[in-house]
Amino acid sequence: MLYREAGQYKTSYAADEAVFPIRQDRIGVAIILLAAFVVVPLTASSFVLSALLIPVLVFSLAAIGLNLLTGYTGLLSLGTGGFMGVGAYACYKLTTFLPGANIILLIFVSGLPAAAIGALFGLPSLRIKGFYLIVATLAAQFFLSWCFVRVPWLVNYNVSNAIEVPTRRMLGIAVTGPNATPTTRYLVVLSIVVVMTWVASNLVHGRIGRMWMAVRDMDIAAELIGIRLLPTKLLAFAVSSYYCGVAGAMMVFLWLGAAEADSFNITQSFIILFMVIIGGLGSLVGPYFGAILIWALPIALRAAPQVLGLSIPAATVEHLQFMIVGALIIFFLIVEPHGLARLWQIGKQKLRVWPFPY
Amino acid sequence: MDLLYRIFLDPFVQMGTAPDLLVQALWEGLVAGVLYALIALGFVLIFKASGVFNFAQGIMVVFAALILVGLHQLGVPALIALALTIVAMLALAVAVERLMLRPLVNQPDIILFMATFGLTYFLVGFGELIFGGEPKTMIADQLYLPSGAIELKILGGFVSLQKIDIAAAVIALLMVVGLGVFFQTTRIGRALRAVADSHRAALSVGISLEQIWVVVWFAAGIVALATGIMWGARSNVSFALEIIALKALPVLILGGFTSIPGAIIGGVIIGVGEKLGEFYWGPLLGSGIESWLAYVIALVFLLFRPQGLFGERIIERV
Repeated sequence: MLYREAGQYKTSYAADEAVFPIRQDRIGVAIILLAAFVVVPLTASSFVLSALLIPVLVFSLAAIGLNLLTGYTGLLSLGTGGFMGVGAYACYKLTTFLPGANIILLIFVSGLPAAAIGALFGLPSLRIKGFYLIVATLAAQFFLSWCFVRVPWLVNYNVSNAIEVPTRRMLGIAVTGPNATPTTRYLVVLSIVVVMTWVASNLVHGRIGRMWMAVRDMDIAAELIGIRLLPTKLLAFAVSSYYCGVAGAMMVFLWLGAAEADSFNITQSFIILFMVIIGGLGSLVGPYFGAILIWALPIALRAAPQVLGLSIPAATVEHLQFMIVGALIIFFLIVEPHGLARLWQIGKQKLRVWPFPY
Repeated sequence: MDLLYRIFLDPFVQMGTAPDLLVQALWEGLVAGVLYALIALGFVLIFKASGVFNFAQGIMVVFAALILVGLHQLGVPALIALALTIVAMLALAVAVERLMLRPLVNQPDIILFMATFGLTYFLVGFGELIFGGEPKTMIADQLYLPSGAIELKILGGFVSLQKIDIAAAVIALLMVVGLGVFFQTTRIGRALRAVADSHRAALSVGISLEQIWVVVWFAAGIVALATGIMWGARSNVSFALEIIALKALPVLILGGFTSIPGAIIGGVIIGVGEKLGEFYWGPLLGSGIESWLAYVIALVFLLFRPQGLFGERIIERV
């Protein structure tokens, strides 16, 4: 009833091509942003912030990064965890070299080494694709994991072989380190994620995104219409790894506060690939849905027995959680192989023509 | 200069001066390779017949071994437990076909791949729920598997070969021969090859895809069981094998995704390459290079021969 676009005329090409062409959508996004920036920090408990919202945002960003590569350019990658690690370690080294620099600037800069390494490991994508490319990215993943363990320079020769995040202040407020409040960290993460999602949206709606999608749909045809495959694919790898690197840096500096090499292992890569696929390949809302589902579902499942008043041993709950997550993944793939983003679209379409079926 | 010397000369000098160590390293590599090859074999079977890249093969190995050991702990005699495990793998194959493959038919490869990852999660949770997460000992003696080691006195030193490893190699060989005979001569084997060639053509001559899928997943389950017994007899039965399943990927790249002998030879090459690299070149880089060397070998190989050693030429290249 409320979700109607009748009477909203588009009078220019720009208006027609807008990301949110319907007014209600724009209002909805504004409300969500307002809630995220104002209501949540005022009301959410620090547990919700640091165990639920911050991780979901961080993973969303990493998943957006992977989606640019896998969903938009059609190149499979299992190196996400490694690229996130590069971002995190780069950020740590940067804070060591430049103790006075603005930490948010450093987080953005730390994506650059990740982008460079991503582009380097993206080189084989010129000759191979599909499952063959997975091997190339797995090589990156395992090689980088190995580097994180074996190169003590990366952790400043720390005995514990782990990153310990130093306290960095901005305008007198601690942003990172043990003294930073969850609210501050949440707001910083949220701002970075919103800005980078906006940039990603502009990228995929513009010329670059169209080049990526052309390569994904049919690379030979793309080459024929004048897209150079080498720079396009490498750009996709670089941008994707940049996003993953920034997400990795945020993960360590704004969420965990400390990290070992194990935080960036192959499991991480798989989880993020899951988020992308469950959320929807080739969509920017999808990664958010995927991250929420994959991250929040286990937490909800763990909390469920207590809420229902059942006393199940913790180990059993964990095993059941594995089973349920696995079954749900298969279930979602069967119900909607195009992911939650497609379900969301279908829902919106249904709402638009309601009460008529079509 | 010193570095070059240590990369190109030292390892070979070492090999020459201590040939018994070289033989030992080769043997270790061969044994690890047989394990990779067995996992890769399960992959190849399923990939050939349904085009599904089955990530769950690794966990199927653990699952099969767990059922076997778990049943034996309940007091079932070893050989009956073995038979019951085979029945359980058949049940798993039927369930996977009914609940997962049939609804997902004609979906893109990546979706099916992800579904097998969901299956992995499910089986991990299910296995731990029933049998517990702690490592278990394989019932090698009860299954009449040999134990102990043979000490060979060759090349002026000792080389120790575990009997169980020899048994593993023999069983792997037997399995490949058996599968080869099965594929070449039996009616179902021919149907399997037809499905591997073209799903549609196979359907149109009256081959039931559903039945074939059950058969392949069952065959992969049997291979998984054999792998589980062999691997469980060498170390314990635990969930750590999941990562080793990923090692099957480079093996497949080397051997080709659709070749059964390729899986075995690729496995051995990766296993031996890995062990030699770790043993002779590892100290240069600070050891542990085993974790990524296999992938780099596969990557280099890919650039020169993308279809693998024995694969069919029709692979999608850019």
